[in-house]
Amino acid sequence: MVEVQRFYFDHNATTPVSPAVLEVLVPALLEVYGNASSIHQHGQMAKQKLEIARRQVAGLIACDPKDLVFLSGGTEADNLAILGTVRANSAARKHVVTTTIEHPAVLNTCRQLEREGVEVSYVRTGSDGVVDPADVHRALRPETILISVMHANNELGTIQPLREIATLAREAGILFHADGVQAAGKIPVDVKALGVDLYSISGHKFHAPKGIGALYVKHGTRLGPIQFGGRHERERRPGTENVPGAVALGQAAFSAIENLATETARLAALRDRLEAGILERLPACGVNAGHSPRTPNTTNIFFDGLEGEAMVISLDLKGFAVSSGSACSSGAVEPSHVLLAIGLSRERARASLRFSLGQSNTEEQVDALIDAVAESAAHLRKLSPTYTASV
Amino acid sequence: MSGGVDSSVVAGMLHRSGRRVVGLTMQLWNQRRLPELTPESGPTGRCCSLDDVYDARFVAQQLGIPYYVINFEDRFEEQVVKPFISEYLAGRTPIPCTLCNNFIKFDQFLEMAAGVGAERIATGHYARLGQDEETGRYQLLTSVDRGKDQTYFLFGLKQDQLARTQFPLGEYTKPQVRELARELGLPVAEKPDSQEICFVPNGDYAAFIDGYFREQGIAREQTEGDIVDTDGHVLGDHAGVHHFTVGQRRGLGIAAREPLYVISTEPASQRVIVGRNDDLLRARMAVKEVNWISIAPIVAPVRAHVRIRNKHLPAPAMISPTPDPTRVEVHFDEPQRAVTPGQGAVFYSGDIVLGGGWIE
Repeated sequence: MVEVQRFYFDHNATTPVSPAVLEVLVPALLEVYGNASSIHQHGQMAKQKLEIARRQVAGLIACDPKDLVFLSGGTEADNLAILGTVRANSAARKHVVTTTIEHPAVLNTCRQLEREGVEVSYVRTGSDGVVDPADVHRALRPETILISVMHANNELGTIQPLREIATLAREAGILFHADGVQAAGKIPVDVKALGVDLYSISGHKFHAPKGIGALYVKHGTRLGPIQFGGRHERERRPGTENVPGAVALGQAAFSAIENLATETARLAALRDRLEAGILERLPACGVNAGHSPRTPNTTNIFFDGLEGEAMVISLDLKGFAVSSGSACSSGAVEPSHVLLAIGLSRERARASLRFSLGQSNTEEQVDALIDAVAESAAHLRKLSPTYTASV
Repeated sequence: MSGGVDSSVVAGMLHRSGRRVVGLTMQLWNQRRLPELTPESGPTGRCCSLDDVYDARFVAQQLGIPYYVINFEDRFEEQVVKPFISEYLAGRTPIPCTLCNNFIKFDQFLEMAAGVGAERIATGHYARLGQDEETGRYQLLTSVDRGKDQTYFLFGLKQDQLARTQFPLGEYTKPQVRELARELGLPVAEKPDSQEICFVPNGDYAAFIDGYFREQGIAREQTEGDIVDTDGHVLGDHAGVHHFTVGQRRGLGIAAREPLYVISTEPASQRVIVGRNDDLLRARMAVKEVNWISIAPIVAPVRAHVRIRNKHLPAPAMISPTPDPTRVEVHFDEPQRAVTPGQGAVFYSGDIVLGGGWIE
């Protein structure tokens, strides 16, 4: 296969482990092999590393370290937050409120609750991709147990008004979970200021390895088990602690805090450059939810008359990694449920691409990406029977 | 790349020849749909099953070529599944593979491949391509392995499609292809051939159609009707004309002195007409939407061998043009059994595919 230089613009899918993380991860794998629950020195050393990591991660979201549960990642965090709180509550209260733009880790957990007899309200958003707290308020019922709303959307980057929703939840005595997988490490997060009770984090979205994440559980929140085993993590999550993973997550959190201000500005500038470049070069395209508050690294652009799938393949063959929709089990692409949920037509949802920037991206890479997008789009539109009709 | 031996060998051969090859698999049908039709063993061994995608990806990874699965589910449903169902309900016996070739594989799939920068597509079809040296016209030829020949399903291909297509397996027999697979070290070398229509479990079309309507929540009009003989005498009843195809003998549920066959179906009156084997013989038929491949459209009668279904031995016939340039009349030298509306009629001269169309 012809070797091309590869540029990565899919950081919302996952990120590479950073050198700083690798530097602490390898020694942890080699040396800190004790079981953190063991009494001997090997165990104590592991426990110590685990707690240092917990304090580092707590720093990222400004919480009490004791309120953090290490687990395998965002999906498990969302499952534990939702299933754990609902199952711990009395049978009389059986209603959950979430939104139509959540990640499948939340949506499909809610679907499972529905199968178990819990009612779920899915609040819609407008084309801005931001949920209106008033709509959340209208969805509340006396029997509502939990509200679950993501902090930042994975497809659009849109930031949700957590503070306002938290106020509603608090006044109504309802628990509030936020899926922070796409926000932590990208924008400042202060769970106490936000007023959430539960907050999900995934390490690999900000340069820790896959397989480590955390759930913030505010002190005093009743949380039932969803897995059964030992008494690890204050009986909130059984299973031998993944100490090297936690150490890596701690370092990733530390680096994120350190770089947040500069990276935010840098990525936002690159993102704006990318949007401006594409919109200037190509007709019939635009930014989905572009006027909403967004994470600095994410943009979602529609190219009318094009197949996003063909664009992804064409760009990949040129060395640029971007994404379109969500992968089904075979690896084929389905139109993004988020884009459909904010009211895009199936055609426009299929014609949209997500670009998510990160540490490695530079101005030169962005300019090369703009050229490649313009070239691929022009070629595909030349062949597209629907383009002339739609423009 | 379907994950089968044939397309895997095509990828391997082209890669070995030094071409820049990209592997593509079409996701055509979501096998989780109509779960009630799926055998307990799960939806394996049919197109778009996860096992087949796994195999295709495995082959691509082994060859070291880029590989993608493309979602054609929406388009496949619109342009193959729905026409397939409406043809059946109209009393005809459709060929979804030809619809798929005409409207998906050699149309939108070809466009997608061109869109991502491919000069040509190569498929695992058993067929050959040639070119008329004088006119430059592309010709479609039967494969060397006559038993595997798939030209019957390719009669809809146009010149611009043929110009951008390769059928590398046409020169080989199936055993040779398996040998090539072993030689290339492909993990699918011993995988059994696929059977039946890819999206219909167990080849049970009627169950598929009934299941599809259930899934769509479409209330079906009553489809029951009478089974009658050629003189109109009622012999029994049936659950719907889509359960029957011309020439069918089994499943009629009628005791008779001699074997009875479906002669035709009449959706308008919900009648299934049955008769003796001799009643199935037809000496002539009309063919519509004719596509001429290897020769220019005919202006005078031509002699050819005509195949009226995939496993039919092409029969000698005279093909005559009609005032409608897309229609021809076919007169067989000897009457043919079970000329079935909705099936393809493909015209051969030796190993050259002249063209073909749909039996009216």
